[in-house]
Amino acid sequence: MTHATSMGLDSRKLAFWTFIGSECLLFGSLISTYLVYKGQSVVGPYPHEILNIPVTSLSTFDLLASSLWMVLALAAVQRGDMKWAKIWLLGVAIGGLIFLGFQVYEFTSFVHEGLTLQRNLFGASFFLLTGTHGAHVAVGVIWMLTLWVQALRGRLGPQNAITVEIAGLYWHFVDVVWIIIFTLVYLLQ
Amino acid sequence: MSNPPSTGLRSWLTTTDHKRIGTLYFWTAFAFFLIGGLEALIIRAQLAQPDGSLVSADTYNQLFTMHGTTMVFLALMPMTAAFFNWIVPLQIGARDVVFPRLNAFSYWVFLLGGLFMNASFLIGAAPDGGWFGYVNLTGPQYSPGLNIDFWVLGLQILGVASLAAGFNFIVTILNLRAPGLTMMRLPVFSWMTLVTQFLVITAFPVITVALVFLLFDRTFGTNFYVPAAGGDPVLWQHLFWIFGHPEVYILILPAMGIVSEVLPTFSRKPLFGYTVVVYSGVLIGFMGWGVWSHHMFSVGLGPIADSFFAAATMLIAIPTGVKIFNWIATLWGGQIRFTTAMKFAVGFIAMFIIGGLSGVSHASPPSDLQQTDTYYVVAHFHYVLFGGTVLGLFAGMYYWIPKMTGRLLSERLGSWHFWLTFIGMNLTFFPMHFIGLLGMPRRIYTYAPELGLGTMNLVSTIGAFVIGLGTLALVINVLWSRRHGEPAGPDPWGGATLEWSIPSPPPPHNFDVIPTVTSRLPRWTTEHPAAPSAPGSAVHVPPGSWWPLVAAAGLPIMASAVVTKLLALVFLGAAVLVFGIYRWAYEPFEV
Amino acid sequence: MESATHTEGSGHPTAGTYLRVFAVLFVITVVEVGVFYVPAFKPLLAPVLLTLSAAKFALVVMFYMHLKQDSKFFTFVFGGPLLLASAVMIGLLFLFGVFVLGG
Ligand SMILES: [Cu+2]
Repeated sequence: MTHATSMGLDSRKLAFWTFIGSECLLFGSLISTYLVYKGQSVVGPYPHEILNIPVTSLSTFDLLASSLWMVLALAAVQRGDMKWAKIWLLGVAIGGLIFLGFQVYEFTSFVHEGLTLQRNLFGASFFLLTGTHGAHVAVGVIWMLTLWVQALRGRLGPQNAITVEIAGLYWHFVDVVWIIIFTLVYLLQ
Repeated sequence: MSNPPSTGLRSWLTTTDHKRIGTLYFWTAFAFFLIGGLEALIIRAQLAQPDGSLVSADTYNQLFTMHGTTMVFLALMPMTAAFFNWIVPLQIGARDVVFPRLNAFSYWVFLLGGLFMNASFLIGAAPDGGWFGYVNLTGPQYSPGLNIDFWVLGLQILGVASLAAGFNFIVTILNLRAPGLTMMRLPVFSWMTLVTQFLVITAFPVITVALVFLLFDRTFGTNFYVPAAGGDPVLWQHLFWIFGHPEVYILILPAMGIVSEVLPTFSRKPLFGYTVVVYSGVLIGFMGWGVWSHHMFSVGLGPIADSFFAAATMLIAIPTGVKIFNWIATLWGGQIRFTTAMKFAVGFIAMFIIGGLSGVSHASPPSDLQQTDTYYVVAHFHYVLFGGTVLGLFAGMYYWIPKMTGRLLSERLGSWHFWLTFIGMNLTFFPMHFIGLLGMPRRIYTYAPELGLGTMNLVSTIGAFVIGLGTLALVINVLWSRRHGEPAGPDPWGGATLEWSIPSPPPPHNFDVIPTVTSRLPRWTTEHPAAPSAPGSAVHVPPGSWWPLVAAAGLPIMASAVVTKLLALVFLGAAVLVFGIYRWAYEPFEV
Repeated sequence: MESATHTEGSGHPTAGTYLRVFAVLFVITVVEVGVFYVPAFKPLLAPVLLTLSAAKFALVVMFYMHLKQDSKFFTFVFGGPLLLASAVMIGLLFLFGVFVLGG
């Protein structure tokens, strides 16, 4: 992959940006469905009865912070500071795990309050939208841990900073999707 | 030269060579094309006369569903992929696609997805809800069997293949062009491939989501499409056609690209208005996103929505018409050679005009309401997809198979193939305009003699079998020419683009020396330069890899969980997929 | 667009920029949650929140994903589908008669 390319752009990075473009349509369809079905449920629980803003605000801050750690990890890898690169990469993975923990807590408490996939349209579209996002976070956590292990084994350095940069693109994209979900689903009930 | 093994089963299972993957796509798509064609012949035999009794209503539903699904997803799209794989890297002066193992992955996922979907025939539960899968017919209440599950999961698997190929070809075309090959010198076929792949990566996620909702409704009891719970079946229609209309362009743009290569070569003239043809293709791809509801006028979306989508649909005829005029102008004053490829290309123009005109006729909602769900629509889209896409692909076969195999196809058999196909398709599909307007609905397995449509249906059926004869001529031609065809040499047609500058079939590394391009028609403007100098050092050819195949195998295993109700298969399939991806990622593989 | 001599990787912002961007993201999120709890804001809630989240989106994409100084082509490859997704979403909301967000 070290050959000169026609556009002077790294091919993997270009491929990944097209992938992110594709993901826009995936989340766009899920969010559209959520909004189209908002207020169409014939039985409760309804969003305003059940959505927990304080708890979700905390997980939102957590995901935002993990994005900061991600860019710091990339900056550390690029300048060859592998000690801090390992710390930040692990931090991102833990930040992702904390977010997933919040989501597990949220989903189980919703189920206890009677909101299931089958209960109503709100439940179905909510769980599928946020669940798809959560699955993306989970993939990101595995990716970060893989990079962290690579760093521990001394196989990560400035020469392959591009792999960390691409992982970062993924992580930040998952973060901006959450920025939208947090506003459209949680705050604009 | 560290060449991978060049023969034997292993060499094919592990290949990452775009040409071999193209060959795999070709034969797989060809086989599915014959299966889909066979399904069509049974359908036509059933409809040959009123009150037909060849198949039951149930079988008939499975036949027309699988005919449509097979032709769109398993025959035509993969056949375009065969040409993308074979020709695009050669046209842009590259040694392979940018991600060779991802390319192999795409093929294996496609093959396994196609086999998964067709495995449903083995248990007598082939999909039977139409290729558009409208809910609530396909919901759990009206389709409790496994038929629709096979369809949903098969399409999900095939979507993965298309998406992976989409990213691969976009980056290949953008980033692996030979020095000097600017975007405005790029051959039109490669341009249309690029536009097509942008449509693929944006349209497929939408049907993925629609299918996930349907899967959840069917498997986990959600209510996405259940009106009693506030759900709306029309949402499925919207999501399906947001994907479905771009999908039509995914099928036709590659054929337009092929024709834009064939016509100049056999007219010995540069394509008329290259820039306009390219921009029209881009515009068609873009506008194709704003017309989806013309498939849904009969839903009753209201005057504003109807007006918007009608206007947008009529507008899209403009760039399409521009292309047609450019093709015709290319022929004007050229030194025309009527080879088989050229016949099919000219046939494409004529048939596509008919299909385009009938399409404009149902861009208008009042007119469409007369035509919806009748054979008129069947006539329309077969003029577009058979008269357009299939004739375009046939043109591509006669044009490029000599490059792939090193041997020309027989022009005599080719002539038989063309005339039988051309006459057969008009016999088959032209009467359907009248059959439809006189009131025969689509997707019914019998019709009453009082309808008075027996004769026209018989003509249509005879036409279908004539197409079958034509296809037989193609099969014989392709098989026969592999050994007995005339040697093609590097450039049998005097083509203008780079693929004709290297031997047929090309060596594994394609180009000894990557060419430098100085014009839009490199072979015509540089008047056959001296034989390329030998490369300074051996050209590296990447080794094969097992992991794309292993990773691909994970997907049908996961899908099997739904039809067997064995949850463990989800974890097993995911484990296989993840294992394959990790081995792939850490395999030493120097491109 | 063609064969641009683009230097990748270099010119990424410094840790200081990253921290400042985070500070802004943090403050905006605090404001978002705060606004949610102020009844007086009810009529303005939708436009205010949409603007704020768009600002956060833009900050992350421009600075953390480096689109601000990276090749414009990445912006195109991402922005094109993003616009498409937005247009389809607005189209669907219109078709289903829920065009007024949060209304
Ligand atoms: Cu359409």
